[in-house]
Amino acid sequence: MTSVNLLILVCIGYVALLFGVAFIADRMAARGRSTWLRSPLVYTLSLSIYCTAWTFYGAVGYAARSGLEFITIYLGPTLVMVGWWWGLRKLVRIGRSQRVTSIADLISSRYGKSTFLAICVTLLAVISITPYIALQLQSITLSFEIFFAADPGSGFSAGSSVFWVAAGLAVFAILFGTRNLDVNERHHGVVTAIALEAVVKLVALLAVGIFVVWGLSGGVSQTMARIDASEIGTWQVDAGRWTTITFLAAAAFVCLPRMFQVMVVENDDERHLRTAAWAFPTYLLLMSLFVVPIAAVGLEIMPEGSNPDLFVLTLPLSQGQDGLAMLAFLGGFSSATSMVIVAAMALSTMVSNHIVMPIWLSSRGGGASQSGDVRKVVLMSRRLTIGAIMALGYFYYHLSGGGAALAAIGLIAFAGIAQILPALVGGLFWRGATRTGALAGLVTGFVLWLYTMLLPGMGNIMSEEFLALGPFGISWLRPQALFGITGLDPMVHSVMWSMILNATVFSVASLLSFPSPLERLQGAQFVNVFDHSAGPRGWTGSVAQSEDLMIMSQRILGANEAQAFFQVEARKQGADGHLPEPTPAFLERLERELSGSVGAATAHAMIGQIVGGSSVSVEDLLAVADESAQMLEYSSQLEIKSSELSRTARQLREANDKLMQISHQKDAFLDQVSHELRTPMTSIRAFSEILRDTDGLKPSEKVRYATIINNEALRLTRLLDDLLDLSVLESGQVSLDMRSGILAEVLDHAVSSALSGEAAPLQVRRLPASENVALLSDLDRLAQVFINLISNAQKYCDAFDPVLQIDVHQRDGFLVIDFIDNGSGIAADTQALVFEKFARVSNDKAGGAGLGLAVCREIMHRLGGDVRYLEGQAGGAFRVTLPSRQSSHQPSRQTTAAK
Amino acid sequence: MMPPPEEAGSEPPRPTQALFLERQSYRRRRLVDVARLLPLLGVLLLLVPLLWQGKGEGLETPISTAITYVFAVWALLILGAGLFGIAARRWGGDKRADTEE
Repeated sequence: MTSVNLLILVCIGYVALLFGVAFIADRMAARGRSTWLRSPLVYTLSLSIYCTAWTFYGAVGYAARSGLEFITIYLGPTLVMVGWWWGLRKLVRIGRSQRVTSIADLISSRYGKSTFLAICVTLLAVISITPYIALQLQSITLSFEIFFAADPGSGFSAGSSVFWVAAGLAVFAILFGTRNLDVNERHHGVVTAIALEAVVKLVALLAVGIFVVWGLSGGVSQTMARIDASEIGTWQVDAGRWTTITFLAAAAFVCLPRMFQVMVVENDDERHLRTAAWAFPTYLLLMSLFVVPIAAVGLEIMPEGSNPDLFVLTLPLSQGQDGLAMLAFLGGFSSATSMVIVAAMALSTMVSNHIVMPIWLSSRGGGASQSGDVRKVVLMSRRLTIGAIMALGYFYYHLSGGGAALAAIGLIAFAGIAQILPALVGGLFWRGATRTGALAGLVTGFVLWLYTMLLPGMGNIMSEEFLALGPFGISWLRPQALFGITGLDPMVHSVMWSMILNATVFSVASLLSFPSPLERLQGAQFVNVFDHSAGPRGWTGSVAQSEDLMIMSQRILGANEAQAFFQVEARKQGADGHLPEPTPAFLERLERELSGSVGAATAHAMIGQIVGGSSVSVEDLLAVADESAQMLEYSSQLEIKSSELSRTARQLREANDKLMQISHQKDAFLDQVSHELRTPMTSIRAFSEILRDTDGLKPSEKVRYATIINNEALRLTRLLDDLLDLSVLESGQVSLDMRSGILAEVLDHAVSSALSGEAAPLQVRRLPASENVALLSDLDRLAQVFINLISNAQKYCDAFDPVLQIDVHQRDGFLVIDFIDNGSGIAADTQALVFEKFARVSNDKAGGAGLGLAVCREIMHRLGGDVRYLEGQAGGAFRVTLPSRQSSHQPSRQTTAAK
Repeated sequence: MMPPPEEAGSEPPRPTQALFLERQSYRRRRLVDVARLLPLLGVLLLLVPLLWQGKGEGLETPISTAITYVFAVWALLILGAGLFGIAARRWGGDKRADTEE
């Protein structure tokens, strides 16, 4: 038999080894030579703190009592790890990008950095984890007891050993968990020691298993036969418990503070997850591989009434395998110590960041900028908290008497901590989740868990009568049969109701409440963490004093680190000094740095104190929204202006084109006029010289020459008349002779004058019935217009059998007269020019001086009407519009005024 | 002449995601689908033993069968996760696969 002294020696040696490993790892990390410390392997092994003494010893006991049901404890985490792409990847990414320090910090940070929520989560965690720590203490004590029982002379006392175990673990946790206040809250030393312990417990359990299967049973098939023959040889599993415990284990795997610590906070590299995704399930598989064989063989070999929870230890002892028993003891010891150390560390971080620091800050008034080292306060509060938590665990162990009531505490703790799950999952995947919802759900779940699971499970708090009849005899409030639903397993009952009501209250309260702006910003950050990398623009640093910030940061980060950080920031801003401007971006980064040490809510509050609480307010957001609305309006105004400008530019271009064309016309006309004037002048000069210089002209010749001179002079006069006419019309100094008449008569006159003397007059088609319209106008001027149009048609209509159609109709108080011929009309590009002075449609048919249509238009304008080219007809077409008789008095008055 | 006015107020061009991906990216996404379905498959397979509850003498399933089944499913899940991990490592440097949801 192993002597107790040897056992104690081995224990102390083992702890010394752990100290050494942790110390060396911390050293290496500090020197930056820690590449293998950050390997996926160490990360995976550190996750194994999931396997506590409860699973190391308890799994065998569990299997001995309920067969294969124990395996659900491992299946839940396996499913979570295998589905890492869905959940853990996001969780770790958020944890890293938001510098989260604990599960309470994550929840509080997600829901608007709420201190109150953080306190609630922290309390829930402390209440559910303390019994769990007590359970670890119990398992260590029980394993001691086994050895002491074999060595009666040692004077063993369970109470004192528990005390020393608790004290030793507290010292370890304090030494390595609170050595430094790291910005990233990573503890390489502890993590490495835990990885070592993970190896020890796996090797121990595998060794015992191999001994049982090959040493005691003689191979796999014989072992299987033995298992089938044992008490637990048939497959009998309660479906409700199977699924519920799998779910609970999965939930607890994510929500347990110690798991969150190693999985998210201590994570160095997100890519470790993809290794851990298969490596950790493999670890769990190996851990549970020999559980059933050990249980079955233990049940068979060990005497009736021996505790199946300790088969791992007692089985080798009973076979005289002292060395193996010692290894098994170390495995159990490792499981318990690693869990207790990390749990105490994680809880102390939560308690100091979310309970002690806020109280300390508010108790000092404007404290954050006063002197004194906050780092010391933080570290001291953590140390004290670790001590307090261990003390709590110790007292809980004492109060519960260390009896069988503790055995069930593992699942109770799981169920308690799983109440965080709705708020966590909702916060990660649903932007509509609010602080109110999270708080309400958490409280509901917590109260139900307390009422239906923790208190009934503690044995002597609720009486049998209370459990059977309910409070005050109200049967539907019975703790294990809520709403009168009986027949459920108490554990399934409690988990079902607490989780369902927790999730329901969380969702409904979230839907009904309205989140604060900070909450909404954080919500977007968390849910869309893969899209955003920047934090919310939380601070407006106009009043923040860089110096105050510096003083505060030095006290939290340490003088060197803070100075280095500020210097880097100053350089980023392009400043030479040590103090950067308190820009929002800088404040945001500073807050994140600080939150790595004291938690998001506290860091937010501390910066808030210095910056003057000018965090994001609804007003700020409204101002931002207003500003952007103004910008939008301004830009739309710009758009309107610019389109206006482009329209003007287009008009200018058109006008310019027209001017250029007119200028060309004028040049062409000057040529034309000089030509027109020169031709008659030349013949006048020539014939007058003949008359003057030639003697002996016959009288008939003289008459002929004089007639030519006269005709040419008349032609000149006509041209000059036209020009004069036009200039008079244009200047408005024309006198109109307004008379009443009939349109048909004017047209008759015009047709006959225009076509008289023509060798081949064109055919004119008219509708006499429509022309019988009374007019009040200057009939002579009107006739002049008509004559011009008809003679134009005569002159320019290029049809083989030219026909002119004259249509008359009334429209909108106007008399409309269309002159449509069957020629080829006027080309589109010259249509705009025909009414300009001196324009002629074609150069090959030189007739007048190109003033006719210009004169016509001026006349029609004077008469209150218009003449324009009519597009889209068969041939050339002109439309004359004239006011009808009723409204035709107006232009006459106008002209009278013009006289 | 005035220069043609700028199109004021028009939105800056947004990087739009292509409708069709390269073959490699497509494979990658399907692989992620597998990774997402794996835990669901695990849940379903682990629920199967609940149907085995035999009633009465001689009809019960021996626990060795259940052990073999559960551990086989377990190993299958580990294998699946391991293969996905290896595949994920191969595209390690690619940012896009990392950011897609």
